[in-house]
Amino acid sequence: MRIRHAGREDTTELQMTPMIDIVFQLLVFFVMTFRIALPEGDFSIQMPSASASATLEPQTSPTLQVRLKARADGELTSITLDGTSMSDFTDLQQRIRRIVRDSAGPGESGSDREVEIDCDYHLKYDYVIQAITAISGYVDPETRTPHKLIERIRFAPLQK
Amino acid sequence: MRFYESKTAPASKGDLTPMIDMTFQLIAFFMLLVNFTDAEQDQRVRLPESILAVPPDEPYEERLTIQLASKDVIIFAGSEFSSLDQLSRALLVEKQILEAREKKVSDTTIIIRADRESKTGKVQEIIQACQTLEFLKFALRGKQAEVRVRSPSN
Repeated sequence: MRIRHAGREDTTELQMTPMIDIVFQLLVFFVMTFRIALPEGDFSIQMPSASASATLEPQTSPTLQVRLKARADGELTSITLDGTSMSDFTDLQQRIRRIVRDSAGPGESGSDREVEIDCDYHLKYDYVIQAITAISGYVDPETRTPHKLIERIRFAPLQK
Repeated sequence: MRFYESKTAPASKGDLTPMIDMTFQLIAFFMLLVNFTDAEQDQRVRLPESILAVPPDEPYEERLTIQLASKDVIIFAGSEFSSLDQLSRALLVEKQILEAREKKVSDTTIIIRADRESKTGKVQEIIQACQTLEFLKFALRGKQAEVRVRSPSN
């Protein structure tokens, strides 16, 4: 007959090494795959195909034409709105605000007018985004409230 | 003469708890910040900045991202293309996949991530290539810029 000694218990020692091993491997994986994703946003543009645009309803108010001319190296040389020269994008925005009668009130919805941007082939894309920003709205620097101006923006047919 | 007994020093057991604690916190931090969904952000593309570039309110139902890096390199679906014909072929495959899944091609949004230095004409050519395959919704992507707060003196 076996006699059990109630007082003597086997102490089980927890092996930490494999766990620490895995934990460090996980840590290395996440550190290596970590990449800071900067906040990005989109500007919607309307680019219906030629057949689709033919069936669209005619515009009640004429489309505004923004022309951006560029040098061969892509730098912007001139901005015109319906043939009127603009000094910069701020000027363009002020003119657009006058056209859509923007009162900068809260919750102001965008105008239903349309803008067609006509750019030179070599123009740097950065200027197009600046133009779209100037046309589509602005953020009040004091209240930080966004105000919409014209959201219906499209590109003119490509010209080389 | 006294003899010192050479005793073996007892193995010092360091307390591992704070280290494991810290390591788990680091893992939790990186796990929360890791972003696999935005893997479509090629680091070669330097987006133009805009104060109005804000993330969309609702995620797009169907979306395809075309990236245009400097030197006219087009990046789409993990591949690099140097010509628009190659892009058109890859887009055609995507279109067939969408149709097989009974999704409308016209409802798919094409997100264009173009480098700020790239030619606008090239962006327009990409849009045209998409239009010929009946993709009609486009979104031009920009980097969110800080709003400059007007100083009281102004």
